[in-house]
Amino acid sequence: MSLISPWRADFPALDALERQGQTYLDSAATAQKPQALIDALAHYYANGAANVHRAQHLPGALATQAFEDTRHKAAEWLHAGACGQVVFTHGATSAFNLLACGLEHLFQTGDEIVISALEHHANLLPWQQLAKRRGLKLVVLPLTAQGVIDLDAARNLIGSRTRLLAVSQLSNVLGTWQPVAPLIALAKAHGAFTVIDGAQGVVHGRHDVQALDCDFYVFSSHKLYGPDGVGVLFGRHQALAQLRPWQFGGEMVLQTDYHHATFRPAPLGFEAGTPPVSGVIGLGATLDYLNDVNHLAAAEHEANLHALLRAGLVLREGVQLVGEPEVALVSFVIDGVHNADLAHLLTEQGIAVRAGHHCAIPLINTLGLSGAIRVSLGIYNDSDDLERFFNALDQALELLR
Amino acid sequence: MNLPEPARTAVETFGTSLSWEQRARLLMQWGDRLPAMADDEKTDEHLVDGCESKVWLLADVIDGHWQFRAASDARLIRGLVALLLARVNGLSAQDLEQVDLPDWFNQLGLSRHLSPSRSNGLNAVLQKMRQLAG
Ligand SMILES: Cc1ncc(COP(=O)(O)O)c(C=O)c1O
Repeated sequence: MSLISPWRADFPALDALERQGQTYLDSAATAQKPQALIDALAHYYANGAANVHRAQHLPGALATQAFEDTRHKAAEWLHAGACGQVVFTHGATSAFNLLACGLEHLFQTGDEIVISALEHHANLLPWQQLAKRRGLKLVVLPLTAQGVIDLDAARNLIGSRTRLLAVSQLSNVLGTWQPVAPLIALAKAHGAFTVIDGAQGVVHGRHDVQALDCDFYVFSSHKLYGPDGVGVLFGRHQALAQLRPWQFGGEMVLQTDYHHATFRPAPLGFEAGTPPVSGVIGLGATLDYLNDVNHLAAAEHEANLHALLRAGLVLREGVQLVGEPEVALVSFVIDGVHNADLAHLLTEQGIAVRAGHHCAIPLINTLGLSGAIRVSLGIYNDSDDLERFFNALDQALELLR
Repeated sequence: MNLPEPARTAVETFGTSLSWEQRARLLMQWGDRLPAMADDEKTDEHLVDGCESKVWLLADVIDGHWQFRAASDARLIRGLVALLLARVNGLSAQDLEQVDLPDWFNQLGLSRHLSPSRSNGLNAVLQKMRQLAG
């Protein structure tokens, strides 16, 4: 079966990578960029860069307009409606750090923060360190054998001491959708804040933060085919109002003398200093592009590719999939073969996949692994990419065995 | 600087144009020829931090000349470490400071084939050697 991506031609890097003999299967780490984004960046820089919000001149007004337009587009992408707004950060990681600092004053010794066993370091370490600073308990929700957060266990672990729940929507290692809606409901029933790590989830399917009912939803532009250096933090109005500023400087201040200051509310109060103007404008162009992509067709293409990937892997002797991946990516190990050796030989053959712990060391240890190889997909991949991967895999295994 | 004998052999072997399969086979051969390390020597204390796969490193000094022994649970890494040992074994602590890792793997024609994480790992091995000899 040949699966052709009608979107591949929209991403010039795919051609360029092919000319360099590279097959890109690492989109979960970062995605390639559509021509529409490249054009928007070139246009912005070629037609007049300017700082946003503070300038009185025309270039400043145009940049501010494009910047604020992206804020609306990002909110629309998440179906935020009127329930909240978007704060721009420098990435998902900085958004989690913002939250862990901005909410710190609300925690008291003995309060509990609930995360899950599969969290990326970005949604683990800021909470772990906050817990250390404030004498809080970090509660880790266990997983089922399928690689999904165990809801039964969660019912017992989320309780009256829970002040915050922070979980991933889609695992970057296991490729499994997580039951975020029931988890959010459980946490809300106890009056806890809810934070969703949408870094992977946002790339696969459209989500609705109103229906999810979370307080915060976080993602990185660069995984959603946008520029790097930009993160999106959606927050509900009531939740944003409880955040304290975490970084101080230009733009976020209302009034100051040498000794005292007052600060702006969200979003600007959390965007100290010059934001990534070009990146945000580029994200806007990417979202325009993605809005023109037929979502059903894209989801179907991704699902077909994923099925092909899974089926091809399990056909091969000794392959063990990590969990029961549902979309976007498959992680695997091979009996008797060190994943560093396999990664080396795949790299030698121009296959760009990810090997190692995938920034989730506690999860990899919990699974009893020393690492895994992850193959991840974007809308531009096609069945030829997978065929090249499988050929390379077979060659590598022949050499290693 | 004069290269030690094993290093010259390595340059002769790897310095020619090789297919990726030949390169991989040679690396595995070099790795397999490393003297075995006893299991009780593979302790956490001897692990090199900063490698993706496990690398253990032990050092001895005879008359001011350093001799390292290394092991890894990954075969190609073992081969790369063997190539590093070929370059450094027998050097004085002072000469060890002069070893230019990128240059060495460049002479072997391998630098293009090392991922950033692999180069960092090898660099961590060299740093640990210097620390042990320091
Ligand atoms: C699930 C998940 N959360 C968070 C992050 C962190 O994203 P960034 O490195 O862009 O801040 C990643 C990216 O690797 C991820 O996969």
